Amino acid sequence: MSRALQWLLPHPYLTLLLALVWIILQNEISAGMFVFGLILGIIIPWSTSVWWPDTPKGFRVSRMVPYILIVLWDIVVANLQVAWIVLTVPNAKLKPAWIVVPLDLRQPEAITVLAGTITLTPGTVSADLSNEGHSLLVHVLHTEDPDSVRDDIKQRYEKRLTEIFS
Amino acid sequence: MTLQIIGIYATGICLLIGAGFVLVGVIGLLKFNDSMTRLHAPTKVGTMGIGMLLLGSMLHSFSLADGSFHETLIMAFLFVTAPISANFIAKVHLHRRDCTTPPPPPRDDTWSSLEGDLELQAGAAQK
Repeated sequence: MSRALQWLLPHPYLTLLLALVWIILQNEISAGMFVFGLILGIIIPWSTSVWWPDTPKGFRVSRMVPYILIVLWDIVVANLQVAWIVLTVPNAKLKPAWIVVPLDLRQPEAITVLAGTITLTPGTVSADLSNEGHSLLVHVLHTEDPDSVRDDIKQRYEKRLTEIFS
Repeated sequence: MTLQIIGIYATGICLLIGAGFVLVGVIGLLKFNDSMTRLHAPTKVGTMGIGMLLLGSMLHSFSLADGSFHETLIMAFLFVTAPISANFIAKVHLHRRDCTTPPPPPRDDTWSSLEGDLELQAGAAQK
């Protein structure tokens, strides 16, 4: 029974997300739209499951919510900081740096979320992954102390992500 | 009636803030002279600028007519796709050596964008 369910719903959260996206796209909440969204949410993950065979194990939605709130807050702060740097720091005084973040995360989905978070937050862009995926290359716009930026990323984001994808 | 007026003023403030952030992003894009630092301004300031413009649009639709949730979808897709395009631009810069060379990774051989180059170098050395 559970195997049949797993075959039909390879990514249950994706099914719910697709149904939700469909309802928002319609801009109205009705039972018919919800049912049609669910049908789409079942057909799309089922027909594309060949390209995403490994479901991330132990994904905790309850821990994801505070993480998203923290990231949203950081995005607002980051925008103000970057805007301030753009407007006030002259090019000659700008101190861009490469930093290398050693990764404890092993799941591809978790690393993707971490890289996306880094790009969206304080003056950092994730540029590349090492060829076997053990470290992440991050470019910092302006920093006095590259090591503290690295520790900040590990403490603030990676620790929470290891709890989410455990 | 008063709620409508508050909504319109809030919409106006959101549009002003959003336009300001977009302007700062453009200034950054023009001002910085290194290809990697130039990537920072539009990726971050752009998301916030467009986010505020969309928030203004939502407030407008809620205060004047039926509410609309389409904007949350635009924001969600924007926040998911912006890091990926930034990542690809950064990878192109790395691959074409348009920027300062990054330090080598501590545990693995090299960065994945530079991996093909290593093989090319090894092939050239063998010849």
